[in-house]
Amino acid sequence: MKFGVLVSEGPYTHQAADSAYHFVTAALAAGHEVPRVFFYHDGVNVATRLSVPPQDERNIQKNWTALAKEHDVDLVVCIAAAQRRGMLDANEAERQGKDANNIAEGFRISGLGQLIEMGIQTDRLVTFGD
Amino acid sequence: MSEVKKFLYVNRKAPYGTIYALESLEVVLIGAAFEQDVRLAFVDDGVFQLTKGQSTDGIGVKNFSPTFRALGDYDVNKLYVERESLEERGLSEDDLQEITYEDEDDDWEEKPSIHIISRAEMADVMADADVVLSF
Repeated sequence: MKFGVLVSEGPYTHQAADSAYHFVTAALAAGHEVPRVFFYHDGVNVATRLSVPPQDERNIQKNWTALAKEHDVDLVVCIAAAQRRGMLDANEAERQGKDANNIAEGFRISGLGQLIEMGIQTDRLVTFGD
Repeated sequence: MSEVKKFLYVNRKAPYGTIYALESLEVVLIGAAFEQDVRLAFVDDGVFQLTKGQSTDGIGVKNFSPTFRALGDYDVNKLYVERESLEERGLSEDDLQEITYEDEDDDWEEKPSIHIISRAEMADVMADADVVLSF
């Protein structure tokens, strides 16, 4: 089966990004496809490469980046939600005249159309949120 | 795009206090361009999103409630509001703003977009959807 996944709560504060990660890992291990994960609301904060959790804790961003690399999962961060919350890639930072960017490897910023497209193209859309 | 799916946007939160309602509406507006079969559900505190006479002057955030009246122009004209959620909050249909659309299949007659339905009927609306996005 082909799954689309939506993460709609922020990392560490909420379990959503962890549960989604475990779900995607299990789904792939069971032979299912997960072509894309979409990050919305505070879920966009998962994509910052500047978070520094204590060393004995899981690093949520690094987990996702490694998963995306290994299984070719498209990690998409909503641009509108990201801009509100100070999440910028290099292109956006330049366009908006900001002096830094923070999007981690494996994530890309794009529009909400990618969420709708995921809903159309997958068999199930699974939301991890509140 | 050949395949048309039934997209259901479930709105559960009050319009202000959290960003869910506003960012839900942003998905609806973008999603309208994909020519899917779109329905909106309003349950729990989500029914407050459709109340008329909203003013945000005192809280310094944008009042986005007029946008709901523009949904008809985007071919989004099936808004289901749960009666029990209204009643539990002391609200009735009279407290909601009037939202209409022009029916192109019926000589552009203006028709109401809001349908007040029971909790049991809401379950059917949810079961009927292909894609449920919950906000």
